[in-house]
Amino acid sequence: MAQADQLVLEARGVTLQYKTPQHLVTATYRVDLEVFEGDRFVILGPSGCGKSTLLKAIGGFMAPIEGDIFLRGRKVVKPGPDRMMVFQEFEQLMPWKTALGNVLFPMHATGRFKGKEARERALSVLSKVGLSKFANSYPHMLSGGMKMRVAIARAMAMEPDILLMDEPFAALDALTRRRMQEDLLELWDQLRFTVLFVTHSIEEAILVGSRILVLSPHPGRVRAELNSSYVHGQPVDDASFGLLSKRIHKLVFEGETEAAKPGVHA
Amino acid sequence: MSGEGAVKSQLILRPEFDRVPVDASSVGEVVRPLSWLQRLMDNALFRRGAILAALALIWQLYALWLHNSLLFPTLTDTIGVMVHDFADGTLLQRTEASLEVLLMGYAAGVALAAVLTTLAVSTRLGDDILSTLTAIFNPLPAIALLPLALIWFGLGTPSLIFVLVHGVLWAIALNTSSGFRSVPETLRMSGRNYGLSGVRYVVTILMPAAFPSILTGLKIGWAFAWRTLIAAELVFGVSSRSGGLGWYIFEAREELNTSSVFAGLLTVIIIGLLVESVLFRAIEARTVEKWGMQR
Repeated sequence: MAQADQLVLEARGVTLQYKTPQHLVTATYRVDLEVFEGDRFVILGPSGCGKSTLLKAIGGFMAPIEGDIFLRGRKVVKPGPDRMMVFQEFEQLMPWKTALGNVLFPMHATGRFKGKEARERALSVLSKVGLSKFANSYPHMLSGGMKMRVAIARAMAMEPDILLMDEPFAALDALTRRRMQEDLLELWDQLRFTVLFVTHSIEEAILVGSRILVLSPHPGRVRAELNSSYVHGQPVDDASFGLLSKRIHKLVFEGETEAAKPGVHA
Repeated sequence: MSGEGAVKSQLILRPEFDRVPVDASSVGEVVRPLSWLQRLMDNALFRRGAILAALALIWQLYALWLHNSLLFPTLTDTIGVMVHDFADGTLLQRTEASLEVLLMGYAAGVALAAVLTTLAVSTRLGDDILSTLTAIFNPLPAIALLPLALIWFGLGTPSLIFVLVHGVLWAIALNTSSGFRSVPETLRMSGRNYGLSGVRYVVTILMPAAFPSILTGLKIGWAFAWRTLIAAELVFGVSSRSGGLGWYIFEAREELNTSSVFAGLLTVIIIGLLVESVLFRAIEARTVEKWGMQR
């Protein structure tokens, strides 16, 4: 059993709602989760299960209407650099700053690292994601995969309590995505950070995750939580991978026909 | 694809192959430098200079053909008057007087726009106030406020600055706030993720991210400022100290000295061109173009 002092993130009965011009949408309903140190915790679910909304709430960008989120025992009330977010969109990088400038920006903005120390840290993280040569390039000169590396380096350099990744590889082409997944794992092997990773891809969940939380659609509720670390290091065509994938597939799509019935949803 | 009922087309089986790519050395250099002519034609400064030269030529030829220096003096006459008046200091003095007022009004307008738009992005009330004020005042020609300014501030620089601020402020505010609104949500969230808020958030995230729009606003504001200033000077002539370019043009017209009118106008045009193609171009090249936000 995990130790209480290794508990990084805890969500208790989190219900999230947001407004669209026409509707009040309930994104998640009474979701509980616990993320421990060193976890590669994946939130998996079909689109519309509120997984991104849940991540936003953990990021502090919206408040739950019910339930609480705690980071290292402190209640989450607003965004902060102790939870660095990596988004899917390339626009998360500041186009007016170089790769190095982007990595340095949160360090300087928060005042957490300064001067030479910040610069050395930034360069060392950039070299860890294989971008040493591109430290002085502007984002528009970089490929999609490289931009994502910069975003990851930027988040990592802050040494957050937890790294929040919102479908970070979804906008990349399939080959680059696979490469990035492997690189993320390699980086994790080196640094052992805690990461919360949102995806709608079962394959990605198994590849990247050590523990997978499956959410049911409309509104997102906890359906299951599975261990997947035993698959880690196995080839994708290994039987264990296929079995787990099938199992998750069933969990995700079991409600499909039932959920499709009401039909009216934006 | 082929009509219904037709026999299903079969896959045509071909043998697989795997070979060394053909020798491409006959292409020569894969990356070849462009010729000097191609590079010259790609140079925007050169192309625009050519257009200016063509316009100057048309002016000169038309004026020569018309042969009526009272209506339309030649370019060479105009330049002659310009050089003469710059040399004896009158035109230089007028230009300085105009530029001084212009820069004061422009700076005040920019500063006010910065304050208003910062308030507008910080609170919903501020946003409502700014959009309402912009909707009210933007369509109002600055020059229409001049009579009012004369009543309030009298004949002199403060009146000019008042109308200038009015001319500059709304154009910049409108562009800046629309630029702020188009900043991607992800970038905003990134900024807030680092705990940035208030003025720091506006200055470090929103302003650079909206810089293309802000720059457009600054350019439009600059043009509006010129127009307003010259028009205001034409209307009430000399101010307390010395007149500006508008006054120079006005004086020249009174004396039916058309070459001088043209010289004054040409001065306004040249300053406009310089600011646009040197100052603003340089800012663009160092910012939005370097950042890949604008081509």
